[in-house]
Amino acid sequence: MMGYEFQFILPIILISFFSTSAIVIDAIFLRNKSIGFYYSLAGLGITVISAIYSLIKANVALIPLHHSDRLITKGMLVFSGYSAFFDIIFCIAGILTILASKQYLIREYREINEYYSLLLLSIAGMMIIAHANNLLVLFIGIELMSISFYILAGFFRNNLRSVEAGLKYFLLGAFATGFLLYGMALIYGATGSIGINKAGFFMSAVGKAPLILSIGVGLLIIGLSFKVAAFPFHQWAPDVYQGAPTVVSGFMSTAGKAAALIAMVIIIRPLVPTDIDHQQLKQIYNGDTIRLIIGLISAATMMIGNITALVQKNVKRMLAYSSVAHAGYLLMGIVANNPKGWDGIAFYAVAYMFMQIGAFVVISIFERDNEFNMEISDYAGLSKTHPVIAAMMAVFMFSLTGIPPFAGFIGKYYLFASVIQSGYIWLAIVAVVASIISIYFYIGLVISMYFKEPEEKIQQADKGLSYITLGIASFALIIFGIFPSFIINLSHRCFNLFLF
Amino acid sequence: MHELIKFVPLFPLIGFLVLGLFGKYLKKEALIGAIGSGTVFGSFVISLLIFFDFAAAHHEKPILVPVYKWIETGVLNINISYQVDQLSILFSLIVTGVGFLIHVYSIGYMHGDRSYYRFFAYLNLFIFMMLNLVLADNLLLTFLGWEGVGLCSYLLIGFWYDRKFEGYKITWTGDAGNKAFIVNRIGDFGFIIAMFLIYNEFNSLQYTQVSNLAAEATMQYFGSGTITAITLLMFLGCTGKSAQIPLAIWLPDAMAGPTPVSALIHAATMVTAGIYLVARNSVLFALSPFSMEIVAIVGIATAFFAATIGLVQNDIKKVLAYSTVSQLGYMFAALGVGAFTAGVFHVMTHAFFKGLLFLGAGSVIHGMHEEQNIKNMGGLKSYMPVTYKTFFVATLAISGIPFFSGFFSKDEILWMAFSNGNVFLWLIGAIAAFFTAFYMFRLLKLTFHGKERFDAHHVHPHESPKVMTIPLIILALLSAIGGFLGIPYALGFWFSHQPNLLETWLHPVFSQAQAILHRTEGHQVHSIEYILMLVSVAIAITAILLAKRFYSDEKWSVPKALAGKFKPVYNLLFNKYSLDEVYYAFIGTPVFKLSQSFLWKIFDVKIIDGFVNGLADVTVSTGERIRRIQTGVAQNYALLMIGGIIIIIAWLVLSY
Repeated sequence: MMGYEFQFILPIILISFFSTSAIVIDAIFLRNKSIGFYYSLAGLGITVISAIYSLIKANVALIPLHHSDRLITKGMLVFSGYSAFFDIIFCIAGILTILASKQYLIREYREINEYYSLLLLSIAGMMIIAHANNLLVLFIGIELMSISFYILAGFFRNNLRSVEAGLKYFLLGAFATGFLLYGMALIYGATGSIGINKAGFFMSAVGKAPLILSIGVGLLIIGLSFKVAAFPFHQWAPDVYQGAPTVVSGFMSTAGKAAALIAMVIIIRPLVPTDIDHQQLKQIYNGDTIRLIIGLISAATMMIGNITALVQKNVKRMLAYSSVAHAGYLLMGIVANNPKGWDGIAFYAVAYMFMQIGAFVVISIFERDNEFNMEISDYAGLSKTHPVIAAMMAVFMFSLTGIPPFAGFIGKYYLFASVIQSGYIWLAIVAVVASIISIYFYIGLVISMYFKEPEEKIQQADKGLSYITLGIASFALIIFGIFPSFIINLSHRCFNLFLF
Repeated sequence: MHELIKFVPLFPLIGFLVLGLFGKYLKKEALIGAIGSGTVFGSFVISLLIFFDFAAAHHEKPILVPVYKWIETGVLNINISYQVDQLSILFSLIVTGVGFLIHVYSIGYMHGDRSYYRFFAYLNLFIFMMLNLVLADNLLLTFLGWEGVGLCSYLLIGFWYDRKFEGYKITWTGDAGNKAFIVNRIGDFGFIIAMFLIYNEFNSLQYTQVSNLAAEATMQYFGSGTITAITLLMFLGCTGKSAQIPLAIWLPDAMAGPTPVSALIHAATMVTAGIYLVARNSVLFALSPFSMEIVAIVGIATAFFAATIGLVQNDIKKVLAYSTVSQLGYMFAALGVGAFTAGVFHVMTHAFFKGLLFLGAGSVIHGMHEEQNIKNMGGLKSYMPVTYKTFFVATLAISGIPFFSGFFSKDEILWMAFSNGNVFLWLIGAIAAFFTAFYMFRLLKLTFHGKERFDAHHVHPHESPKVMTIPLIILALLSAIGGFLGIPYALGFWFSHQPNLLETWLHPVFSQAQAILHRTEGHQVHSIEYILMLVSVAIAITAILLAKRFYSDEKWSVPKALAGKFKPVYNLLFNKYSLDEVYYAFIGTPVFKLSQSFLWKIFDVKIIDGFVNGLADVTVSTGERIRRIQTGVAQNYALLMIGGIIIIIAWLVLSY
């Protein structure tokens, strides 16, 4: 079994190695800034290859894997389909972000190699979350990711907005972490175990579960709701995403969100088992209440996010609010708590990663000093001055709205269908209404780009390598929109063939 | 081999993308023309390969070739998947074969046009869509092609968007395009509803599944209301696309497009999509005798009325357009009496001779510097010998002169109308055939024979270049001999058991429908068949002689006298039964008035806009209000979080 164990844990070892050694590289090559850049890109590339390799290996050779075979480090970590799937997503998000970062950081006079190592550290945190089989490991992952994010958000230390973002994020994040930890303590108190699955088994065995268990789960949900920026714990998000370096905002609001969501899936799935009879479930445990609460959070999040985005004039802030709304859509998959919902989360996480990172990267190309050239009116006539970038931005906007044939549509479709399947039709209705509201501001930007005359001020595009990011993102959105089966089949296999 | 079917639609798609995206940078016409026709030729070759392979293997059942999953939901799964069977292969051969010739012809015809590449891009897109229409294994993909060819038709009718075009309430070619598109929408509506009903009834949109399910439960479905509704609505779609009564009015105005477009889209291929759809769903139609009757009656009525209008038109393309409507009517009449093979046979021969007639007309128009009125032509025979000879062959074919292709197919339709339908169907069809031969020879005489009526100082007619005449010659050969694929048993029984190759080929496709209709293949010889055949030949020859007599006289004294004597009839025909005017008076104008005075000014502006704008205002003001909660002060955020936490925990405790 040792061989498997090493194989399965290899991606985490690799990312940990590269993220920590990046600091050393930085110290050795103080002058040459490009080395850190290429080193971290290479590190992510190697990690993603090993993650793909382990996925293929598990998929092809090792079926059927017994549950115990996939527990690594004495059950602290687990190898499962979804963990490998999300490993890949996180690494790709990192690669896309790093490609777009270099030129941006140079322009803002902040190209310091710490940046790359922090980004890698946060990815390490995310991957640990995806592999966690234990509440404490989960906590370590979440904190590793969050602390890296606190620093990254305040990375422009001479820029007031950025510093404010970092500080705010840290203060409120620490506040929320308290609840997260308290929830874990309560679960431990109720079940006597910090193993996630053990808690789940406990529940189905014990009969009527004690009150502190459900309060513990509730606190866990609260803590994670903060991480995904769900109402009423979302208020940090607009300020932080607006103040943070733009490429970081793109990364935080996609990969960070996906990681927090996967943590929710990990917790909710065993705690609200779908394979138990509904009536029986009600007797032993008020899991339905928890789902209903998440449902309400989801509905409120998407409505508030979209309605507030409606009145924003600043594109970056508008996207920040829209990312709040998208957290609401993604939470639907948790509410549904069925395979379709998980497929939906996986697919939407992929689509969302491409469109949101893409949109933020477009902003990063045009903005100056984290302050200027970010108004919607600054984008007027972009189709004439920069037709290719405008076209790609339009793809991102259409995809964010959920208009076919782009991937955003398919993702939304799966999420909507999943909640309908699990009986939360009202939630699907709210989601549709919220999506309709969102058309206004997404398409509003497209209208500004295509149907308004450019102003006298000429927008300077400062692309660097970010055109690679943009090209990959828009291409992926179109391809996955037209051929969704590839991702859906992959995630379906990952989630169902060898899950947990 | 059949796996290659994927590439048949792929080539024209590539051609469309290349020409559409990069055509502007391709400076040479020859290159653009080569890409445009080369891709279609590639598809034609593959279709031929598949045809030979399929024929050699004696497949009875259709082969489905999935390309990829298009729509995948819990209950509705639609594949982009192509169906290889006798019918789809035949249609794809017609589409790519005739399509290729017309592409080649266009290289010469469109020479010097400023949007040369755009033309070929549209044509390639059309071929792609048409192939999707005929190769699809399910209704939805067919519908995609159906709408796609409609779009291409619209784009190509208005191709010369800055040219004027005369018609009722039409001033620009774009208006004609609009008319075609809008009239077709009415039919498409029927198609969509039919699709809904089929899905509702059979839980599938796949042709093979639907046909098998329907054929298995013949007792349950025969004559049932559902099937009748499905087939009638589907037929409404067909009347739109194939220009039948009541939606026939768009096709003559579609002549606003360049002539190769009229040949390809509005004669040889797209307008036969309706025939294809009925033939493809033959089982459903066979299950509803009422629908079959409607199809037959509408078909034969269209054949008759369009032929009468054709008698008095003076625009060379308009005559051919009405002729097309009339010939399509014959095809529907054949389908309506259960003679599916005969209908498809006529699609094929018609593609040959009508494609040829349009291309010949294009050659004339080309040589006459955009003159289309046959009253201003005459005597072109000596100027354009190749065009004249090929046009003559096509005219013989459409008139039903023995052993030319049109003779076999039309005669089979008339015989089927008599034997499976009744004597009235035959009679009306025969009269229409008389008119057909008459107007075609009138056209031939006025255009090519007699005195030159054009101003020889300004117009110098000339023969078209080889790139245009060679397709004419090939099509002329096909028009002449294409009919031998479908020799009726009565004429061929002495040398073969199954002289009708096409019938044998298509037999597996229509066997289910034939079983429902209790039809066995007519392998006995009726003496009456010979009599009818002689009668129709006599009719054609009489009409030809009459036309010759009338129009050999340079003053046209007899036709003029007749027109004067029967002035009301003449005017009625000349004004196309005033169908456009009637539609406008009873449908167009009232709908427009209602839309303008009520739906727009009151319902839309006041009610809908009021509601929507009100809602939007409320949403925006809500947004402004919520925005104020976002104070920027971290303590306030923490306060809201505390509120949320208290509510959630309280809820969990209270619900325990």
